[in-house]
Amino acid sequence: MYAQMIKSTGEGVKSLDEMDPQERAFQERINAGGKIEPKDWMPDGYRKNLIRQIGQHAHSEIVGQLPEGNWITRAPTLERKAILLAKVQDEAGHGLYLYCAAETLGVTRDQLTRDLLSGKMKYSSIFNYPTLTWADMGAVGWLVDGAAIMNQVPLQRTSYGPYARAMVRICKEESFHQRQGYDIMMKMAKGTEAQKKMAQDALNRFWGPALMMFGPSDENSVHSAQSMAWKIKMNSNDELRQKFVDECVPQAEYLGLTVPDPELKWNEERGHYDFTQPDWDEFFDVLRGNGPCNTERLEARNKAWDDGAWVRDGLMAHAAKKRAAKLAAE
Amino acid sequence: MSDHLFEYLCRMGDNTLVLGHRVSEWCGHAPVLEEDIALANTALDLIGQTTLWLDLAGEVEGAGRNADKLAFHRDVWDFRNLLLVEQPNGDFGQTMMRQFLFDAWHLLQLKALMGSSNAQVAAIAEKSSKEVTYHLERATDTVIGLGDGTEESHNRMQAALDKLWPYVGEMFVSDDVDAAMFDAGIAPDPASLRPAYDALLDDVFAAATLVRPQDDFGHKGGKSGKRHSEHLGHMLAQMQWLQRAYPDATW
Repeated sequence: MYAQMIKSTGEGVKSLDEMDPQERAFQERINAGGKIEPKDWMPDGYRKNLIRQIGQHAHSEIVGQLPEGNWITRAPTLERKAILLAKVQDEAGHGLYLYCAAETLGVTRDQLTRDLLSGKMKYSSIFNYPTLTWADMGAVGWLVDGAAIMNQVPLQRTSYGPYARAMVRICKEESFHQRQGYDIMMKMAKGTEAQKKMAQDALNRFWGPALMMFGPSDENSVHSAQSMAWKIKMNSNDELRQKFVDECVPQAEYLGLTVPDPELKWNEERGHYDFTQPDWDEFFDVLRGNGPCNTERLEARNKAWDDGAWVRDGLMAHAAKKRAAKLAAE
Repeated sequence: MSDHLFEYLCRMGDNTLVLGHRVSEWCGHAPVLEEDIALANTALDLIGQTTLWLDLAGEVEGAGRNADKLAFHRDVWDFRNLLLVEQPNGDFGQTMMRQFLFDAWHLLQLKALMGSSNAQVAAIAEKSSKEVTYHLERATDTVIGLGDGTEESHNRMQAALDKLWPYVGEMFVSDDVDAAMFDAGIAPDPASLRPAYDALLDDVFAAATLVRPQDDFGHKGGKSGKRHSEHLGHMLAQMQWLQRAYPDATW
């Protein structure tokens, strides 16, 4: 998942005894592992929280096309170009399923798009970083898709049916994305001196931002507590970040690359790696719009939307003419 | 003979390579999400077809070059694509008009090649024709939808057609390579495809309320490689950059 800092009700989790019978039945169904479907009753907070979360995830898929699209026209072989095209196409497809899942909650894709373009809704901080060399296509697949998978696999069990089902399909494709990224890294890390340098540089630049993808510690967050009670969020941010580090470190070692963290070491007692937290000041800067590419990314999406207005209008006008002609013929 | 066949296969592969590249430039910038997906899908098909055509070209040439070598290590004068496909994307209307004008020819060409005396050519044509049938269907729907949409969309589509029309004629001009292919039963006479092409265009333009330009002048020099437009060099500079900058690397 590519959602960070999602706000819930902010009121803390109610106990079953504090809930009215309808809400209690809803919560008990979730506790028993049941799914909530679009036509079912749901608390207003649950609906709003999900729209924010699914919407942010969908926007991330859409904006996420840009840093990879940056290399499609410079991909070094026909096969790499085809794989990257397929990956970016998958991402646009993920955006589409997720917008559809959000629409079942009573919001339109156009409304969500407007909120993205105006800056009201966010997308993942990671897509505000530039892709500077071909190795970045490897690092993005390996680390960024890898971090996304950490979040998405548990979300296949999330309480909202359409979201859980979208996630099943998305997870299959994301694991292919991660493998293709790692495959690029292998070629680079085992390649010429220049390629090795590109690979290490990509890891240096993407390590911190990848750790930030899980969001700051949410141990004391009332929003996260509510999301977890509703099974919209399945694990804490720290838990997933640790899992990610534990998985990536041996992979980096296999590549012969150095994780850019001098404090990184295996902690026998905990059974996990100890690692340095990413620069959270930088994270909040990026969220405030001050990442290296925030301005370009939003400008690019706004330009695509504005330049495409005549196309959307034209096709709608044609469809209306066809409908009118059909009615007249009946 | 094998020289002519090599040339011919480069023409097929360079068309799909150059157009696939152009279409891929849209990634993340389309007017609506469904179009982003469709454009990426079209580019993906075309790049896949490129691999088939250019690998076969390399095999016929017998000099140890494969599709990547041909795609990334030839300069402008060795490219054999139609001038039409190297034209810049322009707006979405121009991109889709270019696609339609090419697809309409491409599908006729592939259908004829399915009966080729060369079994490998016939097999690639058969596989490609399934993909291109969809490309043509989508391009046709878009040209009609936008031609017969709003006043603005109509004007933009007519402008795109007027601009690209001078690049249509090259598809039907025959030269020594085409003649040799026709004599060997490998490929159709280019001119033989024109009546069906014109008939399809007439139908689609009528539905799209677009007017076919009167002047049938056609620029030449793409498929022969004698005179490409200035646009191709810039495209290759971008496409081939990594391979050229790091020639000893594998990717």
